[in-house]
Amino acid sequence: MSTHDAAVEEDAEVRSPQFELLRRFVAGDLAELRVVLALGLIWLVFYIQEPRFMSSVNLSNLVLQMTAVGLVSIGVVHVLLLGEIDLSVGAVSGLAAAIMAVLNVKNGWSPYLAMAAAVAAGLAIGLFQGSVFTRFAVPSFVVTLAGLLAWPGAQLKVLGETGTVNLNDPKILGLTGTFYSDTVGWIFALVAIAAYAVIALRARQSRVSEELSAPPFGLVVLRIALVAVAILVAVWVLNDDRGVPLAALILVGFCMFFFYLTTRTTFGRHIFAVGGNAEAARRAGIHVTRVRVIVFMIASSMAAIGGIMAASRLLAVNQSSGSGDFLLLAIAGPVIAGTSLFGGRGSVWHALLGALVITSISNGMDLLALGTPVKFMVTGAVLLAAVVIDAIARRQRQAAGRV
Amino acid sequence: MNEGGSTPVLSLKGVSKSFGPVQALSDVDFEVRPGEVVALVGDNGAGKSTLVKTIAGIHPADAGTISFEGEEVTITSPTDAVALGIATVYQDLALCDNLDVVENLFLGREEKADGPAGVLGQLDEVGMEKQTGELLENLAVTITDVRAEVGTMSGGQRQQVAIARSLLGEPKLVMLDEPTAALGVRQTAQVLELIKKLRERGYGVLVISHNLADVFEVADRIFVLRLGKKAGDFAAGDTGQDEVVAAITGASGNGAKR
Repeated sequence: MSTHDAAVEEDAEVRSPQFELLRRFVAGDLAELRVVLALGLIWLVFYIQEPRFMSSVNLSNLVLQMTAVGLVSIGVVHVLLLGEIDLSVGAVSGLAAAIMAVLNVKNGWSPYLAMAAAVAAGLAIGLFQGSVFTRFAVPSFVVTLAGLLAWPGAQLKVLGETGTVNLNDPKILGLTGTFYSDTVGWIFALVAIAAYAVIALRARQSRVSEELSAPPFGLVVLRIALVAVAILVAVWVLNDDRGVPLAALILVGFCMFFFYLTTRTTFGRHIFAVGGNAEAARRAGIHVTRVRVIVFMIASSMAAIGGIMAASRLLAVNQSSGSGDFLLLAIAGPVIAGTSLFGGRGSVWHALLGALVITSISNGMDLLALGTPVKFMVTGAVLLAAVVIDAIARRQRQAAGRV
Repeated sequence: MNEGGSTPVLSLKGVSKSFGPVQALSDVDFEVRPGEVVALVGDNGAGKSTLVKTIAGIHPADAGTISFEGEEVTITSPTDAVALGIATVYQDLALCDNLDVVENLFLGREEKADGPAGVLGQLDEVGMEKQTGELLENLAVTITDVRAEVGTMSGGQRQQVAIARSLLGEPKLVMLDEPTAALGVRQTAQVLELIKKLRERGYGVLVISHNLADVFEVADRIFVLRLGKKAGDFAAGDTGQDEVVAAITGASGNGAKR
């Protein structure tokens, strides 16, 4: 190596920790910031074309529209973190919804049992697909492509001759039809903000007390303030219409649970490790097969839960439930929000952010009465742009990694 | 940890290994003492990697005996080797580029938080980061930010992280496969310094290397393999490069013949 290179390297190593922290803050949040800016732009364009887009009624509808696809995307994020793909999530959501509808409406099961059966079917499908993928080393792409073909067949079988089952159980319809009063909404908001603030401040405090590098106090407060403003504005808008919907709480609740699982627990750490370097994970003693199978079970069961929410909103399950662009939107969302298709990089929150972007585009084009052809092409273009950005980011990382 | 070192930490007697008709190792006697750096050299195909993999349990020996700290042991799998206290750092390092230094160091042996959070499987990030800092400081490894992704680091730093990780299991013997291959001058110096630190701390160290300059800089003893047989065993202090090269190429006629 030339002396010049050595000098450059020396510079890199004496950079202050504060600078490094700032660089990471910028780099780490840049991807999401980019998406948030893009979302703002999308909203602005639709607002200029059609002011009704930013009305509280429409924004409330947007939240209801995104819950099903967002829940499915949560499972997809896990699969993407492994560097794998699950093409069957749309089909599984349709089948699970059909199972729930038939058990509840035709067989008279209680709504909770019917929903549990649907989720159990999702878990079983995930176990099956994950086992085939790991046992026979068939690419996940192919295993789940087979599922994409097969499960709609099972869905038709389950639905029977009529093909459509109308839902009437208040508990199932209530999943997407329940709205809380203004007061309850504000209480949710305050509890959420307080919880976030306590967790963030305590995390910083534990680092300070162990004399580890901690983010500046002001930065933590700024983050808490940003989160607080976002939550308060969201609740304000929702209260202006029908109130905070139960569906939104379900989506956020699942996001929080899986965020905790992926970032704070051993199992989550192992998901990232397998996605980053499966061979290294195996040599470190991680049970790679088990991690993979469980992740496919998470994906299929979240698909089932998304299917239940979609059925609740549609008030029925029919032969086309879970088909069409549902699958691609569920995969496109997290990718647009910055989860890498190459594995090892991403966040559960990308499911929510991605669903918001995708649903905004779809909702806005509906308001402008643009036809299906345009919708498909625009959504495709957005996905392509997101994947290209992902690939470029990956190349830059590799270039930076190989000094 | 270990003093002086009269008992070899690892001792091989008459170890042989063949793959079908190919005799990769024949009748090799070999030992490493605590606080000793042994360099394993030889031409391509001389059996260096096979010897390391035999000790690491990847290719169990066909014949011969292996003793660890004076007691005869059988090593039939990597788990056996790790359980005995043999750590191996392979050339590909086996790091996850998308994880940071702390995460890589504790991969597969994560520490849980105390109390109810630990029951939920929560990691003790602060504790692991603290231990990482202490370990790296002990080894005089300078990494500014242990929360930076390993993928963004230089080859020398990655090698240092991989070696540091091998020490977390509290091994007695550390085997390094080509630790300075593909490194620049400065980075090579960093890694050699780390190897000297390992010797100071009483580990037995076995280093495979092609680079004789590095070998003479760091090794106490140089063990030469040629065509699967021992072709020389030199004290680094009273031998020259020419002698070692002669043993590697077979020009000295010491041991194996063509």
